[in-house]
Amino acid sequence: MSFFKPQGAAKPTQKLTADPALQPWVEKYRPKTIDDVAAQEYTVAVLQKTLTSTNLPHMLFYGPPGTGKTSTILALARQLFGPDNFRNRVLELNASDERGIAIVREKVKNFARQTPRAQVVGSDGKTYPCPPYKIIILDEADSMTQDAQGALRRIMETYARITRFCLVCNYVTRIIEPLASRCSKFRFTPLDTTSSAARLEYITRAEGINVDQAVIDALIKTSSGDLRRAITYLQSASRLSASSNPPLPITSRDIQEIAGVVPDDVLNSFASVLGIAVDDAMDVDDIAKRANGSFDPIRKKVKEIIREGYSASQILSQLHDLVVSHPTLNARQKSRCALVFAEADKALCDGADEELWTLEVGLRVNKAIS
Amino acid sequence: MSLWVDQYRPRSLDELHYHKELTERLRSLAASGDFPHMLFYGPSGAGKKTRIGCTLKQLFGPGVEKLKIDQRVFLSPSKRKLEINVVQSNYHIEITPSEAGNYDRVVIQEILKEIAQTQQVDLSAKQRFKVVVLNEADSLTRDAQAALRRTMEKYMSNMRIILCANSTSRLIAPIKSRCLLMRVAAPNETEMHEVLKYVAKSVRIDLPPEAAHKIVEDSNGNMRKAILVLEALKMQSPDLTGPLSIAKPDWETYCHKVADLIVQEQSPARVMEVRAKFYELLSHCIPPTVILKTVAERITERVDESLKAEVMHWAAFYEVRMRMGNKKIFHLEAWVVKVMSLYKQFFYEMDISSFD
Ligand SMILES: Nc1ncnc2c1ncn2[C@@H]1O[C@H](COP(=O)(O)OP(=O)(O)O)[C@@H](O)[C@H]1O
Ligand SMILES: [Mg+2]
Repeated sequence: MSFFKPQGAAKPTQKLTADPALQPWVEKYRPKTIDDVAAQEYTVAVLQKTLTSTNLPHMLFYGPPGTGKTSTILALARQLFGPDNFRNRVLELNASDERGIAIVREKVKNFARQTPRAQVVGSDGKTYPCPPYKIIILDEADSMTQDAQGALRRIMETYARITRFCLVCNYVTRIIEPLASRCSKFRFTPLDTTSSAARLEYITRAEGINVDQAVIDALIKTSSGDLRRAITYLQSASRLSASSNPPLPITSRDIQEIAGVVPDDVLNSFASVLGIAVDDAMDVDDIAKRANGSFDPIRKKVKEIIREGYSASQILSQLHDLVVSHPTLNARQKSRCALVFAEADKALCDGADEELWTLEVGLRVNKAIS
Repeated sequence: MSLWVDQYRPRSLDELHYHKELTERLRSLAASGDFPHMLFYGPSGAGKKTRIGCTLKQLFGPGVEKLKIDQRVFLSPSKRKLEINVVQSNYHIEITPSEAGNYDRVVIQEILKEIAQTQQVDLSAKQRFKVVVLNEADSLTRDAQAALRRTMEKYMSNMRIILCANSTSRLIAPIKSRCLLMRVAAPNETEMHEVLKYVAKSVRIDLPPEAAHKIVEDSNGNMRKAILVLEALKMQSPDLTGPLSIAKPDWETYCHKVADLIVQEQSPARVMEVRAKFYELLSHCIPPTVILKTVAERITERVDESLKAEVMHWAAFYEVRMRMGNKKIFHLEAWVVKVMSLYKQFFYEMDISSFD
């Protein structure tokens, strides 16, 4: 017999509701109302209006990860229905749920059958608009098959009177046109530096942790507009620092390590073996080795890097940044490198061997700049 | 009797030898009551699995070592049966989703839902969550990775996921951003020596420095390999003195032979010969990427400097194609033909230029 007893068989579930102290911060600091959503001013302004008019179109939220899509729709739904009605008015389906056509149809049918009754004053004493429809959130909708999306179209029509759909995805182009055209589209953009910094500082204050500007900068730089990542890194760093004895201050180096960033000295030494001049003077050793061919030293370096466990895609992206902003390489050299980087990125996405492709990048960059 | 690698594998964080700083991090995370999802990555034999095991023990105590191994059957959408080995204790469950090939999503979904919807029945458990260890996480299909995303957020209150992978390149960003990354580098030479010494002491044998040196040099940062070789050498020559020869695995010798064939002669007949050898290797389940890399490396040792980069370039080129394509042999063979023609051309041009 499995030790996994079905829920509720052993004891009341109550005991397990997450202790806020142990909650992941991305959940803890998920915007509670749409006003809490940082940046995304346009979206917030439009949705704000729907709160008063109680009329909601079908919606399509799209944009890169960690920009507030899921949070926004959840917050909106909560503001519309209040805590009591949230459960029976909102259905959230995501890529981890089985979403074959039949299943989606069945779930939506069941869910939509119970006609919503308005019960405006919540148990918390507040009044909620509680409009007479239900919201069905299809998160990560771009991973639904075309067929499922097609079927969804029919479902949307059939239940149009009592349901509103909100599709959430990263790539709007993966949503079939007939579906997309039925929705009001909202684009979520990567968070700008100021908004990210403000949100991160808000969290550090609320958690009572001390970080300096360098750490905030490192968080923003390593997460490139993805607030979920920034918050997760921050929490990891704070866990690590708080659990050491005595607690250590968080450094920007901690953030880099947590984010899997390759340290500058490792990257620079790779670059210098490839013949790219980097700040700290090239060591004589490398130059001597290059005299009898660059192949062996490059291969040796690549093997070293792979042994250290750094990921090829991370090296690639950092090497790219280094080359593109390099002060002395000329445009022609940079362009030739760009070709290599593009090919390597594709190859790595297709699951190519890391060592072969790190070597390939090394050799070709070396050739491109010599 | 178990192998030394298993017998002397560290079972708790205290017993881990190298990467002390990483060990301390794991210890404090386990104690903090605020344990995150984690992704351990690094080369093979660097000790990822061992570290995960030790961390689990730190989290849950010795009970986590009472393992039950089952074979479970899952059904693919087309009702095909998928058999997966499941290792579990009262506190965790470990699976290798890639055993299900393209249907890994089904397995992940079922296992995670099952865990997420259940709760720790053991009241004395030290943690209120259970841990799901997913091996070979870098071979998870996109589909399976997508299925993990929201689940990782949603069921945080009673489940943690530990992913184990060689590299993070193949994992989609949303997964990486939900995990605490733990890079496990291969041990350096000094560290490897230390571990070998420890094993030698535990089994009460004398390990001469030359032998240790040889083993370390041969194993390229792979600690598992080093300990296996130590045990094998000990069988071969009980006092580990005198000239030791570390036997290369058969497939490696065979790959080297293939490389030599390519360098010796470039002709259609030779291509046929090489193909037969490739079939032989493939039929012994040597992964095609390993074959390609091993043969290519050997060739670079035997050709002119100016050809080395080209040989590796085409190896990289055909390796991706091989992954995308269906018939491994086609791409291996295409690469061989390419290398042969490069080689021929190289000598041809040399001949011409000698007339100048
Ligand atoms: N615009 C934002 N304002 C405030 N917090 C945000 C914003 N975007 C993301 N976050 C934070 O990141 C986490 C993930 O956001 P989420 O809405 O799930 O992103 P996604 O766009 O991927 O659905 C949230 O829990 C929240 O803490
Ligand atoms: Mg989301």
